[in-house]
Amino acid sequence: MKKLIVLPLLLAVLVLPAHADNYSVPKNPAFEAECTSCHMAYPPQMLHADSWRALMNGLSKHFGSDASLDEKRRAAITDFLVANAGGRKTGTTRDAGSQPLLRITETARFEKKHREISAATFKRASIKSPANCTACHAQAATGNYSEHSVRIPK
Amino acid sequence: MRRTLAIAALLFAATVHAETPRDFLTRFEKEAGSTASAERGARFFTTKQGGEWSCSSCHTERPMQAGRHAKTDKPINPLAPAANAERFTDAAKVDKWFRRNCNDTLNRTCSAQEKADVMAWLLAQK
Repeated sequence: MKKLIVLPLLLAVLVLPAHADNYSVPKNPAFEAECTSCHMAYPPQMLHADSWRALMNGLSKHFGSDASLDEKRRAAITDFLVANAGGRKTGTTRDAGSQPLLRITETARFEKKHREISAATFKRASIKSPANCTACHAQAATGNYSEHSVRIPK
Repeated sequence: MRRTLAIAALLFAATVHAETPRDFLTRFEKEAGSTASAERGARFFTTKQGGEWSCSSCHTERPMQAGRHAKTDKPINPLAPAANAERFTDAAKVDKWFRRNCNDTLNRTCSAQEKADVMAWLLAQK
């Protein structure tokens, strides 16, 4: 009997880590059409709702680029991001000046998950920047960030 | 009578939605009040105009080819209408991208003349 309980638990332990880094990216045509014109669709769960609100309020200077939208679309995408935003998993949600973090790469979760990756690796021509998820997580666009499928290009 | 109305409605719908790349050249030339120069457009497109990037930083100097976003590295489909039938067929999209990209490359909006010149050059790509 004991064995019957232990086995599923053992299996769960073995299988869970592979799935812990999978995000189900909810479908939203406006989000996909607008955000993926310039970059992959980062899962809304990767940032806190406060961060998404702040980010969507500064689209005319979006990490140095003008990504401004008409107000109707901006509001609709903000609602979608906020509704699907991450909770505790994102870790600290504010920077030292207590402003909402705007970059996924600044979140504690990202830093923890990538602590073995050097700054030089991120700068490789094949990777370019830590924002380029698909360079190493080939299936990132579908929400698959599983450690098992990571391939770091030379 | 009903048929005439239906045809009129169809024609109206067609004129509202299906713009062609040439329509934009015509529109920008009209706004500028002078004809476009493809040669000027080429120079404008391929050289920096005050910002960190030129148009060609992402769209390459040969817009018949695909480009890559200078920062995110995301592939960008060709800009020249001859290579990509989707380009310059939707006024809202055209206005949105001129607004954003002119801001990024010139730190200001583009003049109608600049947009007309770029259109003329892009349309000359075969």
